[in-house]
Formats: sequence, C-alpha cells, structure tokens
Amino acid sequence: MTNAPAIETHGLVKSYGRVEAVRALNLCVEPNCITAFLGCNGAGKSTTIKMLLGMIAPSAGEGTVLGKRIGDPNESREARGKISYVAENKPLYGYMSVEQTIRFAGSFYRDWRDETAKELLYRYGLPLERKVRLLSKGMRTKLALLLAFARRPELLILDEPSEGLDPVGIEELLQTLVGQCAEGTTVFFSSHQIAEVERIADRVCILDKGRLMVDASLDHLRESYRRIDLVFPTTPCEPDFRMNGIESVRGAGCQLSVFASGNVEAVIERAHDLRATSIEVAPVGLRDIFLETVKEN
Amino acid sequence: MFFKLNPATGQPLYLQLMQQIRHAAETGALRDGDQLPGIRTLAEELVVSPNTIAKAYSELEHEGLLELRQGSGAFLCVKRRTRSLADHVHGARRRIRELIERLRDDGLLDEEIRRAFEAELLHPTEIVRKP
Repeated sequence: MTNAPAIETHGLVKSYGRVEAVRALNLCVEPNCITAFLGCNGAGKSTTIKMLLGMIAPSAGEGTVLGKRIGDPNESREARGKISYVAENKPLYGYMSVEQTIRFAGSFYRDWRDETAKELLYRYGLPLERKVRLLSKGMRTKLALLLAFARRPELLILDEPSEGLDPVGIEELLQTLVGQCAEGTTVFFSSHQIAEVERIADRVCILDKGRLMVDASLDHLRESYRRIDLVFPTTPCEPDFRMNGIESVRGAGCQLSVFASGNVEAVIERAHDLRATSIEVAPVGLRDIFLETVKEN
Repeated sequence: MFFKLNPATGQPLYLQLMQQIRHAAETGALRDGDQLPGIRTLAEELVVSPNTIAKAYSELEHEGLLELRQGSGAFLCVKRRTRSLADHVHGARRRIRELIERLRDDGLLDEEIRRAFEAELLHPTEIVRKP
C-alpha cells in the first residue's frame, strides 16, 4: 500500500470539434478509498474514465493511473493489468453462455480468483447455460460485475454499476464494493444513485459540463454544508447575505433561505444583527448539494 | 450489538459510530473485554466504507475505550473514565428535563422546543467541540 494517488490528472481536456467535453480537469483519487464520480448526463464522466484507461486520447493535459502515464501506450497497458473496469454499456459477447463468458475471462486475467467467481455466481443466481444476449438488463449487469469482482485488482473503475439492478442487487453491489475496499482495492465509480453514494463513499467528485465543481470528503460535506432559514420582521435584503461560503440566497417575502458550504456562523451573526425573528439551521443531504452545484454552474 | 448510521444527519458517519459505541459502553450493552466486529465485517454489515469503521475504531483507541489487537480485532476497555462519563450523561439528562419543564411552563410546544434544540446542536461551534 502506498499513499500516492491512485488517479491524478492535470489540466486534462477532451474536445470534440468546438465542444469541450472535459475542461482542465485536475482530479486526484486517493488510494484505498471509495470515491464517487457524480454528474448529469453528458457531464463528461464516461469521457474522463475512457481517457484514464487510455481508450481515448486527451486533447490536452496529462495524468497518471496507478503511477503510470495515461498518454504512454505501454505504461497505460501496464496499469490496465491492475485495473478492473466495468463499462457503462456492459459489453459482453452475446453468443457466449454465462459459463463460457466466466471461463473465458478467467483464462485472461492473472489475478483471477475462481473461488470468488463461484461465490458470486451463487449469490447472483445467474443461469449458467443461458446465452448472454438472452439475459435481462439486470443479469447482464451482474455478469459484468462478477467478471470485475472475481479479480483482485488494485483499482476498480465502474461506470454506473447499479444501472438495471433491483434493490436487492444494489444492496449486494454496495456490500461487495465495501468488501473490495476492505481488501485494499481503490474504488472509483460513477453513479446517478445519490442515496447509494451517500452511504458508502469516502469522497465525492462532482463534474458539471466538463468541469470539476466539488472534490471533497463526505465527512467534510456533512460537516460544512447547511441550509439556514431565516424570518425577518420586514422584507430582508438578499445581498446582505452574499458572503464567502454562501452558495445561494433565496427570498420570499419576509423569509430568506441561505444555502451555505461554510461560514454558517457569519450568517447567523448577520441574521442576529438584522433582527431575525427565527433562525433555523438544517443539515443538507448530498442530493441537495448536487442539485445546487449543477444549477449554480 | 446493533449500530445504525444515518447518512442524512449532517454528522460524519465515523462520529455517529463512535457515539453509539460510547453509548453502548455507558449503558452496559457492551462490557469490558467485549469484542467488536472486524472492520470488514462491520463495514459489510452497515454497508459503509471500511475507512469509516477504521477511523471510528482508531479514534476510540485514542480515547482509551478500545484496544486494537493486530489480527484479532477490537476489544472494549471500560475503565472508570467511562463510568464517570455515564454519570455526566445522567446529570445532563436531569438538567435537560428541568429546562424542558421550564420551557413548557413558558408555553412553548414540544415541537418548538425540539426544533430549538436541533438548531442549537447544529450550531457549528457546537459540532467541533469534543465531548
């Protein structure tokens, strides 16, 4: 185990013509942690992941994955040997059966664990004889996850791993991710399921229109983000609350709702000075932080 | 031992776990020498990052409430300090009860009292203060 970042990028850019899908991305994913990668559809998550894996070339900038440069084909290949990756569309060979697929993948990877594969196969209840093209969306996802989890990678990169899974499947997935992390694997996954992320992630990165807007530990987000609802005797002045750490201020009559990423004390002090008749401070969930972040941008 | 972590309370999960283990020691649900589940086992059971469990265990070891033995897990060491903490909690409960009675006498509804308590507890300076 080292403390060097599992993933690190500097000014990573990907342009398609005049459209910048990823803009000046400085990403740092800590080792032995679970990091969630959030963003709306088209925010640039999958493009970023594909650049990290050497599947598409960056237009500018550089980065390393497990200490190997992503721009160097040989180094990138070396890194790929230590990474399990589950792609967004879960590409598998439709003409193979579940059993053939597992045997095929097992012959491929040096870090393959037969016992784990059997255990997961039993837990997921996948039909061995069925052709992959006849699997339901959820089963297909499970098979793709099985292939990733049966290895013992240093880094696990999952692009929307819970897509198509039922609540039981999602719970099993989260448990497996937690278990993988406990074995020392670094987990980096993109997701739209904010409630899941909120439970298991150590850190969260929020990408919006190709830009990294938030890169913080969930502990930090939980401790610093607050919504402060204020009531005043007369209509308050919104600009009074435009200060450092205040993400947004909304007014309705005598009420103000302040969304703060810090500096809560200063807000309370100002509210006291302006003779607020009610001050309520409430914690903010990751869903609100996410919505506020992508809306503000 | 049952622990329940709530991701939406505005408090880091490792702090919630620390408090619940402390509380279990104070109430006697966990006793001196009791073994806590391993990091991986508890992480899978609570479905939280193993780093959350590791951080809570290591902070409690720092406080002297847990002893971490290499390879064999975490053991509780309930010393006099914990019991005096239990006395503190007992005293605090009594004072809170008295305060609530006074507020009710002043005509405040329970819901208003609860909100006032919650608002004060979420005050940032209160959160960082260590018990």
